[in-house]
Amino acid sequence: MMLEVKNLTCTRGDRELFSDLSFKLENSQLMRLEGTNGSGKTTLLRTLCGLFLADEGEILWDGVEIKKQDEAFRKELLYLGHQNAIKSDLTAYENLKLNCLMSGINVSQEQLMDALDTIGLFAFEDFPVRTLSQGQKRRVALAKLLLSKAKLWILDEPFVALDAAAVEQLQSIIAKHVESGGGVILTTHQEVPLTSGELVRISLNKEKTSHV
Amino acid sequence: MFSAFLLILKRDLLLAMRRRSEIFTVLFFFIVVISLFPLGISTEDQLLKQIAPGVVWVAALLASTLALDRLFSDDYEDGTLEQMTLTPVSLPIVVLAKMIAHWLLTGLPLVLISPLVGLFYHLPFESIKVMMLVLLLGTPVLSMLGAIAAALTLGLRGGGVLVSLLVLPLYIPVLVYGAGAISTSMVEGLSIQPYVLLLSAFMLLAIIFSPWATAAAIKISIE
Repeated sequence: MMLEVKNLTCTRGDRELFSDLSFKLENSQLMRLEGTNGSGKTTLLRTLCGLFLADEGEILWDGVEIKKQDEAFRKELLYLGHQNAIKSDLTAYENLKLNCLMSGINVSQEQLMDALDTIGLFAFEDFPVRTLSQGQKRRVALAKLLLSKAKLWILDEPFVALDAAAVEQLQSIIAKHVESGGGVILTTHQEVPLTSGELVRISLNKEKTSHV
Repeated sequence: MFSAFLLILKRDLLLAMRRRSEIFTVLFFFIVVISLFPLGISTEDQLLKQIAPGVVWVAALLASTLALDRLFSDDYEDGTLEQMTLTPVSLPIVVLAKMIAHWLLTGLPLVLISPLVGLFYHLPFESIKVMMLVLLLGTPVLSMLGAIAAALTLGLRGGGVLVSLLVLPLYIPVLVYGAGAISTSMVEGLSIQPYVLLLSAFMLLAIIFSPWATAAAIKISIE
């Protein structure tokens, strides 16, 4: 078992977003978080990363609370938020390289170029990101998924701004990660077809968990 | 851990090189403020010598607050800061690297340009040397104390002004001892050693404590 959430309660200001939420994410599982706008999807994802502190409840990684393992947990985690976390003054190549190095992934120039080509940025590697389109910027951020060795991916609306081809490609990247034993938690309005592994849905609307 | 430190340092310097205008803004602000005083007060050299230490330090304080706003705000807005808190590297190390990069870009140029100020204000050669020394010791403290305030005001509206209000009172000890050292150097027979030692102590304290305080502030701001 990888990630376990016990009786999680989060409030933002005076508003309670969800309470007493419990679930488990096992290896080779894809968890799709559902909920209306404002139901706390992003807050839940950020809480799972340790960016937001829950009011009550525990988040365990391999049986140990994430607060207590800190660096060991962060090594296994890849979080992609609404923002791309790329610098507009740097090129796509530089951005990907820095993102990887900061996460402690040692990559060769070849691997970086391959990843950028695969994600559909061939011939755009050396342009400052500021000159790229929204979708291309998103792709720069997503290229990290191809190089990451993290077990747990937490993706917040990863399909936003992508065109049909890129959506399909990202779906296959996610499916491959699940297939190889990783876990993914994501929020999206897109279906993600899996070739293997298990799909779990969690809805924040009625605070009810259901397996599909 | 050291390689991560160097990585962040290099990254921040690279980013600054792509936007050189921002470095020069701080430097020119410093020069302009300093050259306004002789125009507004008097060009009499005795008076200028007397006000020089205070003017240099006040200009340095204002110039360094000017640059603080950008220390974390760019990374905060595009989500990079959030990612940095999620890397296996511990956050105080990241913060220390960013502070030092900030000092290299905004503090060090002030130190290097300060002999020019000495010429404006008819300072003796000995005092110019002292001025460079105390600026070298004092400006890192400005960057580090400023970083705490910059981290606390991340994401707030009007954060820039708030940073100045938070941080300028904290700069007072540096101002007092920094300016004191330069004044003392112009008096025959007095030693500047106590001032230099105190400023060194401030710098060491800031190096040790400010990265932790800033890291804690960033975690709060990001939430």
